Amino acid sequence: MLKRWKKRITPTDVVMWLIGGAILVLIFWGSIATLATGTYTGHHWFDFIIFGLAQGSIYALIAMGYTMVYGILRMINFAHSEVFMCGPYTAYYVAAAFYSSGFLDQYPIVSLIMIFLVSMATSTLVAVLLERIAYRPLRTAPRLIPLITAIGASFFLQYTFRGFYGSGFQAYPVVQILEGEITFWGFRILKFQAVVIAAAAILMAALYSFVQRTRLGKAIRAVSEDKETSALMGIDIDRMIVTTFVIGGMSAGAAGVLYALMFKQVHFFMGFIPGIKAFTAAVLGGIGNIPGAMLGGIFLGLVESVGPSLFLDGLGIVAPYQLKDAIAFTMLVLVLIFRPTGILGERLTVKKA
Amino acid sequence: MALLEIENVHTYYGHIHALKGVSLDVDRGEIVTLIGANGAGKSTMLKTASGLLRPRRGSIRLEGEDLTRYRPHEIVSKGVVQVPEGRRIFGRLTVRENLEMGAFTITDPRQIESNLERVFGLFPRLRERQKQVGGTLSGGEQQMLATGRALMANPSVLLMDEPSMGLAPVLVDIIFDTIRQLHADGTTILLVEQNARMALQVASRGYVLQSGAVVLSDTAETLRQNETVRKAYLGES
Repeated sequence: MLKRWKKRITPTDVVMWLIGGAILVLIFWGSIATLATGTYTGHHWFDFIIFGLAQGSIYALIAMGYTMVYGILRMINFAHSEVFMCGPYTAYYVAAAFYSSGFLDQYPIVSLIMIFLVSMATSTLVAVLLERIAYRPLRTAPRLIPLITAIGASFFLQYTFRGFYGSGFQAYPVVQILEGEITFWGFRILKFQAVVIAAAAILMAALYSFVQRTRLGKAIRAVSEDKETSALMGIDIDRMIVTTFVIGGMSAGAAGVLYALMFKQVHFFMGFIPGIKAFTAAVLGGIGNIPGAMLGGIFLGLVESVGPSLFLDGLGIVAPYQLKDAIAFTMLVLVLIFRPTGILGERLTVKKA
Repeated sequence: MALLEIENVHTYYGHIHALKGVSLDVDRGEIVTLIGANGAGKSTMLKTASGLLRPRRGSIRLEGEDLTRYRPHEIVSKGVVQVPEGRRIFGRLTVRENLEMGAFTITDPRQIESNLERVFGLFPRLRERQKQVGGTLSGGEQQMLATGRALMANPSVLLMDEPSMGLAPVLVDIIFDTIRQLHADGTTILLVEQNARMALQVASRGYVLQSGAVVLSDTAETLRQNETVRKAYLGES
């Protein structure tokens, strides 16, 4: 019995478990210490949670693109963060024009819809071109090659948009109706956060029912599972792959506007961190799995928002909020060590890569 | 003119010359079987007919129209539909969704509904399991689903690749009963089988494939009597 155990557990495993255990102890200890000092009140925690939900639903929307493209092509589309960037960046010019002409204050809802449409259209166009020009010719190439291409395409897009729009930060105009707070049973929520959460929830529900219920959605799932057999059913594989990129582009474009509404600025490099976070979220949820990406995104947003104060404040770390990215990526590493398939992921051995 | 005419088809896997000029034809309403050992090129022939492999030379004609220039999904809408080897069910889609995928080329919902009824009539078991995920079906049920899925496309020619593979004898009987039933309904079938005995019982004609070439072709009755076929493929002495 003991011999079998010894054979199965390698020294690497032991080290990994020790690291994981140490982190868990740290989290536990930190949380207790924070709660014991009582620096934060219930309202603080509530604010953290709402902010985390808003941030997380943006991650979830971006993660959708990563996970669906992975599902159908078995590749990580690292240029997806630029698909996310180009939409709101282009829509900024529409927003700025609306703002300076006073249209934005006069018809805020119409303006917002226009901004969303422009952003989603731009992101979709870039995603589709990316597939057509960069990925399709490499479809039968070894898996590393499209991955490197994706990274190259990512740089190409970043600097192309820098060339178009310059390298400065552009401040997104303030939409008056989204300012201020609404109150629920004594809890105050910032309006724009409520809008971000609601919009993301609607989009995700729409996307999920599209994939689950429509003919095209089912065909996308069929192609994700087995391309050759799907072709034998009369499904045009290329069309389904393009559809997947369209969906990914649309949700990234929408997520981009929500992001811009939250942080009020755009920049040619703005896609990088949210993109990597969304990728983390997709891995957390189990890459290739759509509900997993939603769950992973929201979970990551919450941990990132609640985590620094909860885990680190009690340990006496000054300005723990600066460490939120460290928390996010520690989580990625932990998931990769202990559950590489993610929260809802299936075993990879079943799939034919 | 035969419904499906395959003429002098040469197919390569890289440098390997897998089909060396295969010719065969299938008449309307007929069951034709293609028998042969492992690696003789039977599946390659069906994959070429479905457009998954492109022949370097030769032609495959359906009612006189050359199919070799079409892509696989276009060939399905022309009416040549395959039940692939190993069933290849979409394991994460439900039984009903699998069937709906089979009808992907059909846009008329009433037509889909009536095809669905026909398939459920043939395989009542599938009706019971509509909502179940494909991966949880037994081997026999998966074969029924694979066959039903192909029928959903209203095929004018059904290509079946080893439908009895890996099934228990009692299930093999059920599958061959289904093939007889389809034949009685007027479906045209090109059947690839390792189980030559069963295949030659349902088919009207047969072709024997060896190392990528047709070495024998005759009526099923004559092939069953043939000395070489009996020794090599029917296991008789």
